[in-house]
Amino acid sequence: MKTFRIGGVHPAENKFSAGKKIQQAEIPKMVAIPLAHYIGNPSEAIVKKGDLVKVGQMIGQANGFVSANVHASVSGKVNKIDVQLDASGYKRPAVFIDVDGDEWLDTIDRSTVVKRECNLTKEEIIKKVQDAGIVGLGGATFPAHVKLSPPPGKKAEVLIINAVECEPYLTCDHQLMLEHGEEILVGVSILMKALEVEKAIIGIENNKPDAISHLKQLATAFKSITIEPLKVQYPQGGEKQLIDAVIRRQVPSGRIPVEVGAVVFNVGTTYAVYEAVQKNKPMFERVMTITGKDAPNPSNYRVRLGTYLSHVVEQAGGVPEGTGKIIGGGPMMGRSLMNLNIPMAKGSAGVLYMRDEEAVRRPVQNCIRCSKCVSVCPMGLEPYLLMAQSERNMWPEMETDRVMDCIECGSCSYTCPSNRPLLDYIRYGKATVGGIIRNRNAK
Amino acid sequence: MEKLIISPAPHIHGGDSVSKNMTGVIIALVPALLASLYFFGLGALIVTVTAIVACVLFEYLIQRFLIKGEKTILDGSAALTGLLLAFNLPSNLPVWMILIGALVAIGVAKMSFGGLGNNPFNPALVGRVFLLISFPVEMTTWPVVEPFSMSYLDAATGATVLSLLNEGSSAIPSAKDMFLGNMPGSLGEVSAVALLIGLVYMLIRKIITWHIPVSIFVTVIVFSGILYLVDPATYISPLVHLLTGGLMLGAIFMATDYVTSPMNPKGMWIYGVGIGVLTVVIRTWGAYPEGVSFAILIMNGFTPLINFYVKPKRFGEKVK
Repeated sequence: MKTFRIGGVHPAENKFSAGKKIQQAEIPKMVAIPLAHYIGNPSEAIVKKGDLVKVGQMIGQANGFVSANVHASVSGKVNKIDVQLDASGYKRPAVFIDVDGDEWLDTIDRSTVVKRECNLTKEEIIKKVQDAGIVGLGGATFPAHVKLSPPPGKKAEVLIINAVECEPYLTCDHQLMLEHGEEILVGVSILMKALEVEKAIIGIENNKPDAISHLKQLATAFKSITIEPLKVQYPQGGEKQLIDAVIRRQVPSGRIPVEVGAVVFNVGTTYAVYEAVQKNKPMFERVMTITGKDAPNPSNYRVRLGTYLSHVVEQAGGVPEGTGKIIGGGPMMGRSLMNLNIPMAKGSAGVLYMRDEEAVRRPVQNCIRCSKCVSVCPMGLEPYLLMAQSERNMWPEMETDRVMDCIECGSCSYTCPSNRPLLDYIRYGKATVGGIIRNRNAK
Repeated sequence: MEKLIISPAPHIHGGDSVSKNMTGVIIALVPALLASLYFFGLGALIVTVTAIVACVLFEYLIQRFLIKGEKTILDGSAALTGLLLAFNLPSNLPVWMILIGALVAIGVAKMSFGGLGNNPFNPALVGRVFLLISFPVEMTTWPVVEPFSMSYLDAATGATVLSLLNEGSSAIPSAKDMFLGNMPGSLGEVSAVALLIGLVYMLIRKIITWHIPVSIFVTVIVFSGILYLVDPATYISPLVHLLTGGLMLGAIFMATDYVTSPMNPKGMWIYGVGIGVLTVVIRTWGAYPEGVSFAILIMNGFTPLINFYVKPKRFGEKVK
């Protein structure tokens, strides 16, 4: 069975919410829809206090090409446009809406019938994806229409769908495949058309055998879509790792996937593309997992953007006793949250409760030079060295030792027997070196 | 819930620890320890216990009164150094010499550099070589094998296979005896089979990788094999090289010491080949019949250089 060829770890999977049907989360009384919750420029609010909005109506306009539109996830009255603490830990602009009913735009097709035919041209598809404000749902939240428009001279050969869900605990993509497999495959063929590729491969880790067999069966009715079961290994959901695992090509340092002929889309994003193109439904809700070892009811919810996490958490039975840390996302790359008064954003894949004893880091010891961090690094870097350089502000050396290649997967810190905060220091070094490089290029 | 912990990702840890690795190595040394207790009896027990207690005690005292740092004796590394030091000593070595060896190993080779992780040379080997140079007679007078012997300082002694060969004798034990360990030598080095069991255990537990032991074995076999093919009358056969002296112990347990060995497979190969070549050179042309300790210490010295120049295989280095 295929997997990526350098490094990797295998944390306990703990997929407690696997097989739990996606429930529709209750619509809250008030939402705060972030205007900047993806990579790229924040969008600009095009509504003002007192405006009445419907579900699906655009409220934030993309600002430049690498930016995405934002749509109302509820119907009601705009209360204010103000800053709001979000999952990143920063206060950023958001549109606050007081909910009144649940009135959708007439243009959105709310039927559950799967619409397979798509007669749109490449340009029309990209336009629809762009209008719908679709960003990658795998974590990086990169605007999807940018990926569909490769730089001049670059041509994609194969579309790879990231259905790996390698983060422990999270199950939203898994459940989406089980419940909306056909829609996802239609989404894949739409993306193939937009990219003008002849081939699509869906990479799924083999800890989801039901999703693999379900999609394999459905895929027989689709041309040129294959399902590739992958050996479970973290961080297989990393874009470069997935490409290596599936088509045995390694994207060189500092390059983008299309340079080896691949374009990668997350499976959740693919579903959103289906909804946008076939059902005219902009991206205003997504599936998220509420989970944890002590979670009263590990579950998968479809949640409207801007819903406060506290509102969803309550529906899932509340925060368990003895929770020391709450993570937005998975345990390997998610962010720890200050509180639950944070609005759900396009990149929010889950809420994870960690017990007190798990939440505390163990004491740091000397590096014993066991080289385990080197052997698990999926980018072939030397985390122990990068940390030592970062501690000593050795920025040019860090650049030579390729700190910018780091994908921040956390495999080094996860593995270190001395509990050294390798990634903390590497991240700091990467940010500093990145700034130095930008300054140099600006000159 | 009132006070949530905020920290950067990753939020989980694999559960590996320094003490798990150290105790793993100690467990891997148990078969060889049992073999030495069988072959050398009471002497092996006294030397082993003395070395372990002395190493732990010296680390504790230095930590407590000189460095005044955090207590590290519980991580198991001091006990491991003691055990490995004992394995490199003859089973009739007087206690006071063992204490000197332990003090040099822990005090000079380890703690003076800042403790575990900072020492450039393998502490147990530094202790052994210090003793070898200081007390050449006592360090090369080996008790002969006597199962469950009750003698310690008064044990009957004999020469090791390598020193016999070095002196031109050809009365060496059978391959089976050498494999099992039925021959004079340092107390932990004699039983190849017990040491190999330890290697398999460490590989399964993923405490070490195969690169260093295998590169040393391959180099020794190839290099000594060429010499042997050229002139079997002058040179020692590869099999004898492999099964005698400290080669097994050195390749499996001393050269693989985390702190003093290179950090990636390519570097490990360079290091292993270096140790293999130096071992055969010292054994064949050097003044000492045995060269593994020196070979490892010399290559320890090259480790930082290897780490500086030899980088792991980067992702995307070669397209396709």
